[in-house]
Amino acid sequence: MTKTYADLRRETEARDRSLREKVMSLEEAAALVDDGDHVALGGCTLSRTPMAMVWALIRARKKELVVSRSITSTEGDLFYGSGASRHVLTSWFSQGIVWGVSKVMRHYTETGQATFEEWSHMAIGVRYRAGAMGVPFIPVRSMMGSDLTGRIDGPKEMDCPFTGEKLLLVPALNPDVALIHVQRCDPYGNAQMDGLPFMDADIAMAANRVILTTERIVSNSQIRRAPDRTKIPFITVDAVVEAPYGCAPHECYGVYEPFLPNLDAYAALTGGDAEAGVKEYLERYVYQPKDWVAYLDLLGMDNVIDAARRGRSVYND
Amino acid sequence: MTDNGSHSASELLAVMSSRVLEDGQTVFAGVGIPLLAATLAQRIHAPGLTILFEGGVLGPFIVPGELPPSTNEQRCTRQANMVLSNTDVLLLLQRGYVDIGFMGGAQIDRYGNLNSSFIGDADDPKIRLPGTGGGNDIASLTRMIVSMIHEKRRFVENVDFVTSTGYWHGGGTRNDSGLTTGGPYRVITDLAILGFDGETKRMKVEALHAGVAPEQVQDATGFELMFDDEIGRTEPPTAEELAVLREMDPDRVYIA
Repeated sequence: MTKTYADLRRETEARDRSLREKVMSLEEAAALVDDGDHVALGGCTLSRTPMAMVWALIRARKKELVVSRSITSTEGDLFYGSGASRHVLTSWFSQGIVWGVSKVMRHYTETGQATFEEWSHMAIGVRYRAGAMGVPFIPVRSMMGSDLTGRIDGPKEMDCPFTGEKLLLVPALNPDVALIHVQRCDPYGNAQMDGLPFMDADIAMAANRVILTTERIVSNSQIRRAPDRTKIPFITVDAVVEAPYGCAPHECYGVYEPFLPNLDAYAALTGGDAEAGVKEYLERYVYQPKDWVAYLDLLGMDNVIDAARRGRSVYND
Repeated sequence: MTDNGSHSASELLAVMSSRVLEDGQTVFAGVGIPLLAATLAQRIHAPGLTILFEGGVLGPFIVPGELPPSTNEQRCTRQANMVLSNTDVLLLLQRGYVDIGFMGGAQIDRYGNLNSSFIGDADDPKIRLPGTGGGNDIASLTRMIVSMIHEKRRFVENVDFVTSTGYWHGGGTRNDSGLTTGGPYRVITDLAILGFDGETKRMKVEALHAGVAPEQVQDATGFELMFDDEIGRTEPPTAEELAVLREMDPDRVYIA
């Protein structure tokens, strides 16, 4: 899975990295993802989840994706339930502590239908960073002694050539595609994020293609007025999709908090027969709506307003 | 579960955990009991305690009644000194800036190894648990406090899976594994406060909570515990401590 440097450079060179407009629809962006691709997701747990793009990939009936993310929540359930991916590489996988252990994750992994490849949170971050740096591995000082290392393919112990200390080398992750949701970016893909940055900048630098979804598209001159706020540069970006409420029912910092009633309803729906529950959810919320706005309509105007009111409250103090 | 009528087992865990924290420390905390314990310490005796969240937050103060559902949401960033990437906040552990990390787990053994991955055989598990998150990194790179309900099914002879390494096989084996720093510091339960023997690294009882007999702790443990020569007694939670917890968690999401 670790790429040679020659391959990495060749792939980057083959991309059109010019200053050009990349605005397209969710459907057009989904076509940039191939079956079997390693797709890395930005955000973490319920935050800045690129839900609209996950939704579009499932509607486009993608298959055999390998999905990686720092921490995985309900979007991982949807990948499992739809069959778009049966392999999730992450450090923690459940809807969220307050809802208990995800019944969907449990069902698919315990019946052997899906794989949850477990790495420590720091190790995943360092793996993306190695990918972003263009080096094949980085040494870390965690995970040693644990049973985690025996169940995953990749980490190798070595003695440090400088100090003689034992270290664990974790291999670079260079995803085929990164899906990242941001508060704003310009048509070229210069992206600005508010609040928690998660691993997104490293993921963008590591990936071979980057699909940005954004709450709004702003002008390039607005970006140029505050270039210190730009966290993902346009040269790494291949697609820009405007997707308002693109994380719903998860949150987007300063714009909306999690849609808690919807998340409670999802937990209830999947809490009994997990497979039937997630399939019913997919049918109603992913396959049937005619577009993303129709999906938001299903979540309910009252929930949209409530989540937005709580989300924007960070700017009230 | 212990509940003498005046407080819940979760409240007892939060109070006892908070008392172990010292002013000026930097503490890695998850949501639930750890966050309540750290926030309680800030309010009672450690105003200069700095909380780190795995989501990438340095030094927030939690707004009462607005406990975050995880450590990765905007609610975690209130009044913080800094937000940074998950990778960078976790690397602060590796660099050595963190004094204490809070952990939980489904199972713990006599050497403080923790399981939060699988119940049963990892290849054919009875239950697939959510996994390590940053737990393994905390356990690997700093002193950790484990807070757990004291039950035989949790305090086991052998954990089904070592998600987070404690003192590994005891003695100096943690160091041999490559983990040259940190390690289990205290295990705080609803029955007692436990530590680890300096030589063997076996778990030992240091203090009992009010009304708890030593045999009760041993009976709730699936392996043989060591007992300090002079076992202490903890002071029960005060009204002030309980009032702060209930102000933080008015819906009793975590302290029920």
